[in-house]
Amino acid sequence: MRVRRIKAIAVKEMLQVWRDPISLMIALLMPFMQMMLLGYGVSLDVKGLPVCVFDREASQNSQALLKRFQASEYFSIVDGFDNYRDVTQALDRGRCQLVLVVPSDFTERLNDFGTSSVQALVDATDTNTANIAIGYAQAVVSGFSNDVQLQTADRTGSGIAMLQPVAVQSRVWFNEDLESRDFIIPGVVALVMALVGAQLTSLTISREWERGTMELLVSTPVTPMELMLGKLLPYFAIGMLDAIFCLALAVFWFDVPFRGTLGTLFFTTSLFLIVVLGIGYLISTAIRSQVGAAQIGLLVTLLPTTLLSGYAFPIDQMPPIVQGVTYLVFARYYVTILKAVFLKGSGVLDLAAPILAMIVYAAIVAFLAARAFHKRLD
Amino acid sequence: MFDRILQMLIKEFLELKRDKWARFRLIVPPLIQMLVFGYAATFEVYHVPTVVLDRDHTEESRELISRFTFSDRFHIVRIAQSDAEVEQAIDRSEAALAIVVHADFTQLLRQGQAAPLQVIVDGTNSNTALLSLGYLGEIVAQYSQDYTADLIRRGIAGPNGKLVQVTVEPRPWYNADLNGKWFFVPGVVGSLTLVLVVSLTASAIVREREVGTLEQIMVTPIRPVEYILGKTVPFFLIGLVEVALVALFGTLWFQVPFVGNPLILLLGTCLFLLSSLGLGLLISTLAKTQQQAFAANFFVVNPLFTLSGFSFPITSMPEPLQWLTYLNPLRYFLVVIRATFLKGVGLDALWPDMLGMALLGTGLLTISILRFRKSLD
Repeated sequence: MRVRRIKAIAVKEMLQVWRDPISLMIALLMPFMQMMLLGYGVSLDVKGLPVCVFDREASQNSQALLKRFQASEYFSIVDGFDNYRDVTQALDRGRCQLVLVVPSDFTERLNDFGTSSVQALVDATDTNTANIAIGYAQAVVSGFSNDVQLQTADRTGSGIAMLQPVAVQSRVWFNEDLESRDFIIPGVVALVMALVGAQLTSLTISREWERGTMELLVSTPVTPMELMLGKLLPYFAIGMLDAIFCLALAVFWFDVPFRGTLGTLFFTTSLFLIVVLGIGYLISTAIRSQVGAAQIGLLVTLLPTTLLSGYAFPIDQMPPIVQGVTYLVFARYYVTILKAVFLKGSGVLDLAAPILAMIVYAAIVAFLAARAFHKRLD
Repeated sequence: MFDRILQMLIKEFLELKRDKWARFRLIVPPLIQMLVFGYAATFEVYHVPTVVLDRDHTEESRELISRFTFSDRFHIVRIAQSDAEVEQAIDRSEAALAIVVHADFTQLLRQGQAAPLQVIVDGTNSNTALLSLGYLGEIVAQYSQDYTADLIRRGIAGPNGKLVQVTVEPRPWYNADLNGKWFFVPGVVGSLTLVLVVSLTASAIVREREVGTLEQIMVTPIRPVEYILGKTVPFFLIGLVEVALVALFGTLWFQVPFVGNPLILLLGTCLFLLSSLGLGLLISTLAKTQQQAFAANFFVVNPLFTLSGFSFPITSMPEPLQWLTYLNPLRYFLVVIRATFLKGVGLDALWPDMLGMALLGTGLLTISILRFRKSLD
């Protein structure tokens, strides 16, 4: 292995990227675009959900309850109706996602039997939003319920049993405000790097075939190992720069808390880059057209990283077979690590298992990549 | 004129018939994606790994904990003996939720005071954390209610003791069990159609340009508009078949109901395909090589997918992004497709979305046809 030859290949590759508008776009524009798009576009937080009300009682009591919904930051009352037809229409047309129906005997039942209920009609086409909205509605109503109890207790002069004998005191760790952005953005960094890395390297060898420079390359004394190193080193540098850029955006632009150490972050990032670049290189040696290689590159990175890495969809909620498949998705380990380093401040020892998995993965990919190039033209 | 267009159509379908790779691409990846999305894309929360620390060891505390044991939302993975053990379990992600019953829990309950139940939740995945806190709240509220009812029944609650409470009865419409697959499967039909039709149209035209057959066709008496029709009509038909295939597969495999009118879905699909074809044509006028077309395709389709409301609600985005989504044909199509699958509503509810797609489709097609004619000169 000669350093001089590796350097020559690396310089040539760097020049090619610099002069190829598409590669430049992938290296520079793609990370920025993806970070901005996903950073802003990907959120599961429910705030100001449009609510309509159908108050059949229109009493002081029912108004007090509805006022609580109005005051909550999670709901915003947009309209009131006086018949069921309008309610149905509002949900059908998506004008609101929640309709509160206060029955006409709301206060009467409360006085006579002590218990009363309001209906919450939820548009459940978006199941997650519906689920969260139900939770918030329950919290608002239970706050109201407590007030009613206290008032009743005051009026009747004690002797009343407390309805909520058990009070939940919850504390949220690692993501105190339950911001979905803080849990999704570290995963976005992994997604961006998987995309960019595999796209860039998937072009390296197929480009030689398409431009007819393969004959030249084969006639040089370069060995497969030297070729791989020379081809991948520039992309490793580009990938590292992209990673730093994305991570900086995450911390300084999107204000995601960073509680870990830079050492852990960069060690695992380099491991991930080795795997991604190696996979792109393997694709490139197998497929001779640049478009074909790029398509396969997109296929093996985008879909698995989006769906099976746990970046947005929790892995432990998937069926067991799909969970088994996620162990093959290399981004899974990096996403786990990134989230832990960012939010939990975990160190290398806490993350021993996923780091080990990445090392094994990187070793296998590197081994295959080093032997993938054959100096043949057929 | 029709004769020439017909000849183009025959040529296109012959090409497709001989292109095994293209046929494979039309059928296998969409079905695989449908399967992966259907199974993997889920925001539902079941079996949250839970660690329990019971310092009280009374009948009451055991009763409360047993309610978590019997809920399918929670799965108790460990009974801890100390605070340190609880912290460790959460730190190492063995558990995502911890329930700590303090030593004076029952004592406070019996005195008629509010007994705090300490809960620690791993907020790393904010969505899961939020939902599990909601389910936990329900279980605890139910326990509280039963406890009070029991006191009243046994006459311990005092002479005036009666249950006073206001509750919420949630009624999820259109998807009563809140089944996440019903949300994702119709969405996949829409997004797959966009991805396939745009990339197929763009690459088909750019390929002709690259290989040089575009010039050959242009020396024949065919006019540009006829050429464009001959190129787009096949992909329009392919798009329709694709929607039918993926929708059928999704409904049968994942048992998603289809309560609406198929004709309304057909109308929506036709309008949506106009925009998709327009985008594909537009990309083909911008790209000289297939590789450029592929890159342009990615830079256009990917934002459309992210900002469509496919998995992340548009209402949760910052406002400027919400305005941008009005320029996204997929946004309207997802509304139409979900509404016809689950809501079963008609044109009276969907006309704004249909209109949006029609306007975008006409606009995109006009621009791209004008550009295409210029690019031939």
